[in-house]
Amino acid sequence: MGIEIIMTVIMGFTLLGAVIAVEIKNLLSAVIALGTVGMGVSIAFLFLMAPDLAIVQIAVEALLLIFLIRATLKPDIRATHAHIHPVGLGLVVLLCLGLIVFGFFAFQPLEFGKPVMAQRSEIPSSHYLREGLRETGAANIVTAVILDYRGYDTLGEATVIFTAVIGALTVLRAKAHRKKGGPK
Amino acid sequence: MVFPLCFALFVVGLYCVLAKRNTVKIVIGLAVMEYATNLFFILLGYRKQPRLADVQAPIRVSVANLDDFFFKAVDPLPQALVLTSIVIGVGVTALALALCIRLYQRYGTFDIDEMRRLKG
Amino acid sequence: MKGMTIIVQTITRLVKIFILLYGLYLTLTGHLTPGGGFAGGVVIACLYILLTLAYGRQWALRRFPRRLAGSLDSVGGFIFLIVACLGFGFGGMFFVNFLERFFPGRPFALLSAGTIPLNNIAICLKVAASLFLVFIVMAGARLLEKKDRTYDYKQEEEE
Repeated sequence: MGIEIIMTVIMGFTLLGAVIAVEIKNLLSAVIALGTVGMGVSIAFLFLMAPDLAIVQIAVEALLLIFLIRATLKPDIRATHAHIHPVGLGLVVLLCLGLIVFGFFAFQPLEFGKPVMAQRSEIPSSHYLREGLRETGAANIVTAVILDYRGYDTLGEATVIFTAVIGALTVLRAKAHRKKGGPK
Repeated sequence: MVFPLCFALFVVGLYCVLAKRNTVKIVIGLAVMEYATNLFFILLGYRKQPRLADVQAPIRVSVANLDDFFFKAVDPLPQALVLTSIVIGVGVTALALALCIRLYQRYGTFDIDEMRRLKG
Repeated sequence: MKGMTIIVQTITRLVKIFILLYGLYLTLTGHLTPGGGFAGGVVIACLYILLTLAYGRQWALRRFPRRLAGSLDSVGGFIFLIVACLGFGFGGMFFVNFLERFFPGRPFALLSAGTIPLNNIAICLKVAASLFLVFIVMAGARLLEKKDRTYDYKQEEEE
């Protein structure tokens, strides 16, 4: 069985989960359907030979599910109207259908299974694969790339997650309102 | 057929962000778009072999047979980029959810149109 | 949050050490096997969240206060930056792997790869503390009903 068939099945499963997550009325069901999307992506990472990513994705998915359930689980969740104004909805549907048709034709020349690395030899990926163990001493080339060759990337990531945490802490802090006497 | 399907996943997320009025649904759409983008990068870096078991993860298992590894391993660079992207994604989603919770505390609803009405 | 039933608490008591060991294993052998600081950090954050859900928010905050989580977050970022700056001092470039240059380890040994295990530990601390901090703040936020516009500060003050 080829990798294309496996990937098509997994992507179909993921797409089904995404459509259910988007269209279902109940918010808790939508959140659980989003969990299936993350699970499908994690299995796809395993088949695409990215075990680091599969581990991180499955752990992050559990965490994100807890966050989302925390945000949606409440005694009086009132049903909201599902969509925006009908004219806008029609425009959005047209745009999305157009994008799908565009993607179908735009990605035809892109051949699956032939990375840029295999076509040209003088690019960084080839260097990392060939010299990674000798230069950094790390057997896991992905770790060698993120923590040695491209440390700036990880430093930027640390900054971004720090900023996101500060933002969440600031937004959810209750004490700031008390000084002003509470919102009107 | 793999890349168009991945793009379709992205479009589903985009539709959710554009057409829904519930803020939690918008966050779900953002998460779906993020998954699609990560998956697209990894699909780009995959190297196909005649047999499925011949493909190797970019992790050395022995010092010997470097050439064999070099011609069978998948691209490590997209994996490294996506590894940071996933963790950034969970941070950003948590921030967006914090904003949703704050808006619910303020207006008592998740509906963005109703929020606009209550503000005026 | 009050915590869950005795079944959940007993199972949590049994499995928590294994989850912690798995997270530490992923972090410390990140340069040899799949895993690394990100995966280990997320797993350890999941362990703290499991403890919080099983035993309640007050229990978790007594053992792992919010201030400590914030400090660990900063310490993780700081270790990462210090290692990078030491590379500037010893190797001539920012983020250069100076330990590997001076003390080349045997490949596939636990103590090899120079600064990469140190950076892995730093990233693990940072990710675990950040995600736990976000969760504990989100767990403390109350979702109010529409008519009741008065805010409840009781839970914040209990800490």
